[in-house]
Amino acid sequence: METLMTILVGVLVTVAVYLLLSRSVIRIILGSAVLSHAVHLLLMVMGGLKKGGVPLLGEESESYTDALPQALILTAIVISFAVTAFLLVLAYRAYQETGSDDLQELRGFTDE
Amino acid sequence: MNNIVAMPMMIPLLTGIILVFLRPFVKVQRVVSFLALVATAIVSMILLNRIQTNGILRLDFGGWKPPYGILFVADSFSVLLVLTTAIVSAIVLLYAFSSIGARRENMFFYPFSLLLIAGVNGSFLTGDLFNLFVCFEVMLLASYVLITMGGKKIQLVESIKYVAINVLSSWFFLLGIAYLYGTVGTLNMAHLSARIAEVGQGPLLTIISMIFLIVFSLKSGLLLYFWLPGSYSAPPTAIAALFGALLTKVGIYAMFRTFTLIFYHEPSITHTMIGVMAAITLIGGSIGALAYQDIRQIVSYNVVITVGFILVGLAVSTEIAFQGAIFYLVHDMLIKALLFMLAGTMIYLTGKSRIEEMSGLIQNYPLLGWLFFLTTLSLAGIPPLSGFLGKLYVGQGAVEAGSYVLLGLAFLSGMFVLYSLLRIFMNTFWGETIISEDDEVPLQKRLLIPCVVLGIATIALGVGAESILVYVEDAAYTLMNPEVYVDAVLNKE
Repeated sequence: METLMTILVGVLVTVAVYLLLSRSVIRIILGSAVLSHAVHLLLMVMGGLKKGGVPLLGEESESYTDALPQALILTAIVISFAVTAFLLVLAYRAYQETGSDDLQELRGFTDE
Repeated sequence: MNNIVAMPMMIPLLTGIILVFLRPFVKVQRVVSFLALVATAIVSMILLNRIQTNGILRLDFGGWKPPYGILFVADSFSVLLVLTTAIVSAIVLLYAFSSIGARRENMFFYPFSLLLIAGVNGSFLTGDLFNLFVCFEVMLLASYVLITMGGKKIQLVESIKYVAINVLSSWFFLLGIAYLYGTVGTLNMAHLSARIAEVGQGPLLTIISMIFLIVFSLKSGLLLYFWLPGSYSAPPTAIAALFGALLTKVGIYAMFRTFTLIFYHEPSITHTMIGVMAAITLIGGSIGALAYQDIRQIVSYNVVITVGFILVGLAVSTEIAFQGAIFYLVHDMLIKALLFMLAGTMIYLTGKSRIEEMSGLIQNYPLLGWLFFLTTLSLAGIPPLSGFLGKLYVGQGAVEAGSYVLLGLAFLSGMFVLYSLLRIFMNTFWGETIISEDDEVPLQKRLLIPCVVLGIATIALGVGAESILVYVEDAAYTLMNPEVYVDAVLNKE
């Protein structure tokens, strides 16, 4: 199971890097969203996936899932949603002001 | 009861939230935000003295004993920075009162500044790697809003880059946390330190430390500073001053923490790497500071040079070098805020930002001119001012450790700082004035007073260095002996 998830993380990172390297701002934002999901999955895998166990610290239970990565991911997801929302609004405002979402055109922009 | 440890984060955070509801009452917002920062400063002074008597303080949230719960740890290093943050940001807010403009004041400028400061203080105080990430994000989200506030074209364009870079570095941060949790199974910094000391820092952990090095380099502008000059020169003066004084310092703090507390077993790899990066930063920053004609760019590149200089202190890693780096860090927070405020004031007065378009300012605004000269001297490290002691100690440490290349570069970069700022000084303040008497903008007292206060602060810090040296020595001792920190967190009841 861990191996499968690791491969999935790899695929997500590949997709995200491809998107991040493009010139359009919207694609970059999508790329960053995919990238953050990849790392959330990685956090989950790093805690170890145990089928059947619940994330509870029962005294007698034989196998349980580590609860900490889940708490971490919950926080990280909220943060990444907030940042993505902000980025989308920012990209929209920048597009309104400059009339372009092409990073090549926005490069070295100095005019007031 | 150690609840006071959380106060430097809670006061700005709660005040910031309350101020959101007081949007129409600008005067109230000003007074409340200023008072909140004064309160933070007072609390951190109390904390600093308490650490001297009781040792390192910690607060376990919810009563969960470390390493299980999350916690705040206050040692001299972090509280010294918290105190400086509170003082500097209070003075910057004083400057903002009369310069930021009614439109931004209505658009939640004060709440976001306070949230930024809450994030900064939280990053200094936290004793847990994941909370460091969270506090970084609190600070960064506030900074994203502040950098775009007002929505000028240049701000929007620069902030896209700034946000994108920071999203990427946050991603690396999470990546590092995931791998570290997978290998060592804990995220509490003291526990991490103890466990790594137990099992030894193998190649895997060294690689993970490299990930953290990349993350904190991006945040602090060590080597990876390409985003910094653009985004620091776009926002209005008060915000730029806040950024220049605080944001990179958090990255530097995190770098010091991780590489003295957690990953200190392989200095031949990690610290050499930091040394090389610091050297390249010093060179690149110096070139940048000389290459531009725009005051804001020159000032931003001066931030880069400082980052390189402080991390020379980490690279050589002796106790005296740590003392120098900490002292210089405190000095630099004061002086960078002052430098950004002076540059902003000059741009406000003339309406121009390139140095060849200004001339003879000292005839119209003598006090401003002398303040700028004072700042130049202080940054270059001329003895009675605050920059001197830090430079001296870092130099002494570099000699002790025998890293003469870093020593040479660090002091040479001081020359470049001096030259780049004197170039501004000579071009803009000397010569014939080109402002006619009709065009002369009166320099308001309200703009000048915060600058004068910071100017006095840099003299006071230089002359009265003895008064904070006790705390600096204690902080450097803790950095040099990580077991003090680990004991305080894990073994003390």
